[in-house]
Amino acid sequence: MTELAIHPLGETALCCTLPAPLSLAQQQRIWQLATGLAGVAGVQDLIPGMNNLMLVFDPLHTHAADLTEAAQALWNKPPACQKAGRLVQIAVRYGGEDGPDLADVAAHCGLSADEVVQRHTQAEYVVYFIGFQPGFAYLGGLDDALHTPRRAEPRVAVPAGSVGIGGAQTGIYPLATPGGWQLIGRTALPLFDPQAEPPTLLAPGDRVRFVAERL
Amino acid sequence: MIEILRAGPLATVQDLGRNTWRDRGISRCGALDELALAQGNLLVGNPVHAAGLEFTLGPATLRFDADGCIAITGTDMEARLDGQPLRPWWRHRVRVGQTLKLAAPRERMRSYVAVAGGIAVPEALGSRSTDLKAGFGGLAGRALRDGDRLPLATPAALPWRSIGIRPPAWDSTVRVLPGPEHDEFSAAAREAFWAADWQVTPQSNRMGYRLAGPALVREHGGELASHGVLPGVIQVPPGGQPIVLLADAQTTGGYPKIGVVIRADLWKLGQLRLGARLRFVPCTPDDAVAALREQRWLLDQMRIALCMST
Repeated sequence: MTELAIHPLGETALCCTLPAPLSLAQQQRIWQLATGLAGVAGVQDLIPGMNNLMLVFDPLHTHAADLTEAAQALWNKPPACQKAGRLVQIAVRYGGEDGPDLADVAAHCGLSADEVVQRHTQAEYVVYFIGFQPGFAYLGGLDDALHTPRRAEPRVAVPAGSVGIGGAQTGIYPLATPGGWQLIGRTALPLFDPQAEPPTLLAPGDRVRFVAERL
Repeated sequence: MIEILRAGPLATVQDLGRNTWRDRGISRCGALDELALAQGNLLVGNPVHAAGLEFTLGPATLRFDADGCIAITGTDMEARLDGQPLRPWWRHRVRVGQTLKLAAPRERMRSYVAVAGGIAVPEALGSRSTDLKAGFGGLAGRALRDGDRLPLATPAALPWRSIGIRPPAWDSTVRVLPGPEHDEFSAAAREAFWAADWQVTPQSNRMGYRLAGPALVREHGGELASHGVLPGVIQVPPGGQPIVLLADAQTTGGYPKIGVVIRADLWKLGQLRLGARLRFVPCTPDDAVAALREQRWLLDQMRIALCMST
């Protein structure tokens, strides 16, 4: 059984961390741990990271030691059968104004633009966790052939909905922001809507497929 | 209704922040000096988490379109209602048409205006706080501008007796618990962390303060996978200059964490000016919880005392 290390982060949070290497199976157990801890008294928030989980609690209503024990006990239970996550299809307009770096990515990878799009749309991705921005999903599953370093000069403004590649990662910017990823396309789907419940299109555990709208 | 005649450098609607959907990347936000907003709210008969106005430095001017009751907290700024001086940390009645002028404070950074009933902008994801980065909450998800008009909720009753409280003692020393990666820093770095006078640099905002001081060298440990963080966390990027996360911080980060400012002292950070000096003193988890319990207890006592005096 993989050991779960639990460290305090101040007096109001605990970091539960798994040893490297990261795997989808380990990350699924992180999500299960979050689900299991959600009902424990005094727990306020559970934030999955990459191979880890932050647990925020009210120290006036519970003790760090009790929560550490509860987390370890849940961890030591045999893992539940993992359900496949929800599949979310995201329509993307690749290239052109929507994906100004598509040609650069293709040149770096030694592929044609069509092949980049084909490989990007062929894979099924998994949302490992959400961070950086509301609804910004850290996706696992990018084809090795598409790994491309970030741009030497980050853009001052990346439009909302931009789909990019940064190193071994691919993702979608929910909000306009400065950013250094190579932009290969853009989706019209809102990734974040503060009026909606839940407010983000994607959640940890979701499966994602990109669908080419046009090239 | 309140009309903002002059918003000043950065004025926003804030309550005590969002505590939901952090796993979807939603930041906490909320008043940077949460103690001042809570005390202002209690003075005007509101629950601690009602929405008020946060002003950065100043000056600022507002006009009231209805009779009401206000309290100004956070700093020692000179406040005048139609020219009449108002004491901060006191309850004051305001009449329709009156104008409140806030001058720049002599010390501290952020002033709060609490209004009986609270600022009634719509709730978004469980809070009325402005999230400037994501552009939602507060008034249209942005900083207030000259000419903005803010709705007020009708208070159950207007407290009338003039009453005030003693401002909380503020200094630029905060208590810190060692972070998960504290021991991975060199002995010299750990010593320097606790001994240095850290300076708040101009590259600071509501997300965090970037500090300048001795470079903190991490000796052990590899690159960290992205993980959850929260306000008060002190991160050290590879350059060795720490960043203290504040209310608007992202929900996840990747830098090693040398320490965490205790919850009961977070409000002190909100009152630091750019260029100010900051010191970290070590604390124990038990003392951190005791400090938080005492702070909540004092607010409870204040609420009870003020209820009996209306």
